[in-house]
Amino acid sequence: MFGFFIVLLFVCGFYCILVTRNLMRAIIGLELLIKAVTLLMIVTGYVSGKPALTQAFVITVIVIEVVLVVVAGGIALRVFHHNDNLDVRKLTKLKG
Amino acid sequence: MPSLLILIPLFGIMILNLPFRRLMHKAAFWFAFALCMIQIALAIHHYPLFWGYELVQLDSFFRINFSLDHLSFVMLLCIGIVTLATLLVTRHTVFDEKERFKFINLLIITSIGMNGIVTVRDIFSLYVFLEITAIASFVLIAFEKDVYGLEGAFKYMMLSAVASVMILSSIALILLVAPSTSFSAIHDAVRQSADSKLIILAMGIFLSGLLIKGGLVPFHGWLPDAYTAAPSAVSVLLAGIVTKAAGIYTIIRVVGSIFGFTDTVKAILLALGAISVIVGALAALGQNDFKRMLAYSSISQVGYIILGFATGTPLGIAGAVFHIFNHSIFKSLLFVNAAAVEAEAGTSDMDKMGGLAAKMPYTGITSLIGMLSAGGMPPLAGFWSKFIIIIALWQSGNHTYCVIAALAGVLTLAYLLVMQRKVFFGKLREGMQDLQEAHAGVVAAAIILAAITIGVGLLFPAVFKAFAEPVKELLIK
Amino acid sequence: MQLNLLLLVVMLGAALWTVMGRSLLKAAIGLAITSAVITILMFRLDSPLAAVFELSVCTGLITVVFVSTISLTKPLTHKEIIELSKDRIKRFWYLPVIVAVVALALILIKVKNDLVPAESAWELFKDVKSVLWNFRQLDMFGQIIVLIIGALGVSILFEERRRDEW
Repeated sequence: MFGFFIVLLFVCGFYCILVTRNLMRAIIGLELLIKAVTLLMIVTGYVSGKPALTQAFVITVIVIEVVLVVVAGGIALRVFHHNDNLDVRKLTKLKG
Repeated sequence: MPSLLILIPLFGIMILNLPFRRLMHKAAFWFAFALCMIQIALAIHHYPLFWGYELVQLDSFFRINFSLDHLSFVMLLCIGIVTLATLLVTRHTVFDEKERFKFINLLIITSIGMNGIVTVRDIFSLYVFLEITAIASFVLIAFEKDVYGLEGAFKYMMLSAVASVMILSSIALILLVAPSTSFSAIHDAVRQSADSKLIILAMGIFLSGLLIKGGLVPFHGWLPDAYTAAPSAVSVLLAGIVTKAAGIYTIIRVVGSIFGFTDTVKAILLALGAISVIVGALAALGQNDFKRMLAYSSISQVGYIILGFATGTPLGIAGAVFHIFNHSIFKSLLFVNAAAVEAEAGTSDMDKMGGLAAKMPYTGITSLIGMLSAGGMPPLAGFWSKFIIIIALWQSGNHTYCVIAALAGVLTLAYLLVMQRKVFFGKLREGMQDLQEAHAGVVAAAIILAAITIGVGLLFPAVFKAFAEPVKELLIK
Repeated sequence: MQLNLLLLVVMLGAALWTVMGRSLLKAAIGLAITSAVITILMFRLDSPLAAVFELSVCTGLITVVFVSTISLTKPLTHKEIIELSKDRIKRFWYLPVIVAVVALALILIKVKNDLVPAESAWELFKDVKSVLWNFRQLDMFGQIIVLIIGALGVSILFEERRRDEW
């Protein structure tokens, strides 16, 4: 039952990344995906009787996720400084 | 003792960041230089004192499960050499001293990440080091904060993060059946429930995540942008080792040691490898930008590696590992030349260049050597590895793939020679009159890499034994 | 059991609101609400330490990072907002449809549970602290390294150079 909802959460996250035109919203979609995965880890840990191991994993993943979001936000902010907006469609300078 | 490979650079970085500004800025370069040299020496010579000896004090505290086989040694050697080349290029392309200091810190961290990837025996630690390498690369690509770099970094980041999510979810599913996350435990667990649909799904998702990281078609969308937009030194690092360590080495390790060589896996990898070879070569033909063409060429060469690996025969796997080593060397060489050209001419648009060999002789000659090696011209190193892969394909009965690989080899030679003629030979364009040769450090890096390519090609029979050894260990399981 | 189901539905609703919400700030707050619900779910699944981490870091720190980054960017002008919201509804309405379709598909496909369960020789693993410190030191080093990368990244990316601005 949990798996059902986790898959739906994945769908929301993927959809958000694919459809959005705003850089920050793409990062938010990425966050949704990572949350879905952490929930999946906790659920499998619980079901297979290893809650301690998966908690350790989840803590590590959360630390990595924070640094990822900070770096992503920094890059998005720099793009804003250059382009004056956060539009993904304007990021097409590299062609070929 | 192998854990020192990760610990010493880490403590070094902490020391480097103490507030002794002037001293530390100068020390950073030499510290990184020393690290690379030590790593190369250790990887070549296999000092038993270092690799075998277990420091009791340290290990009872750390209890880290490192065990190294020859594949890891080959990768460590590649990492050492490419990081050294990047370091030499950095010294002359990143000008501000403060910036260079941060750059070298990030470079050391990326090499820690890659050393971690190739030495761990635990799937979650593999994920942690993959992420370390990835995040350090994003910051490196966006280092100069120009729009191109930021765009390339962002695209790479999105795709790489999605790949990490896939890898993590696969680990979560595997935890349902495995008692712990070490490679051997997962190997046994997957053997036991090999027919379960959930485990097959988990394996598929894991492989897809790794294919995205390795830049194989159809997951290669980030690769040309990231390689082109990165600062020149970072392109050397990315093309030379990061994509291969993060993507290709992990595929070899995971399929070879954990999932096993089933026929479906072989068929899928063969198909993907062939598609990558063709798409990469065709796309490279139509490029105007020096670095973008080299990026598509990288996709093509990585396709060769996967083709060789997917045959499953000892010869094929040996050829694949050998090609990993050769590709690190000649692709880094070509990107070092691109860095030299970009630093001196200020552009990487091939239409604006011409006849540079007259002004930059060393760059021209080393670039010619790199191109010939990439195109598979005997007796340079690239020829041997491609030849072995093609023979392995024929021997294992995949005749169509063999023909495709051979034809694509011709294509490779074609586009590389076209590029060589456009950039280095031909008439000197206006505006390029007062070019000088690149700085001594960059030229030194190029010459060393070219010498390695020639040397390995000429000494092929002696060197090949070193690359054929990992094969036995991979196939025994 | 019923409480879990209710929490999951609330989580899905919050996620849908996050994706489809009009302004970025609403999306960030939606993310925070999703995190909070996930925290409660983690508590119910026997993982208190991870839940506390998730609450303090994800709901707290990441939301602060998002809100501060969003507030540093200029909001769109009125004309652009009107243009954007015209085809936004077209684009984002597909999401509930897709979610419903996937949900139906999952209900119809019954995944057989034919996994061979693992031998659990891991009674030692009752305590997260002992797991982290005794068995996964490598991951701890990884975390330290990642934090160093974060510090370096912030110092590189967030640097305000005077001559850039004009």
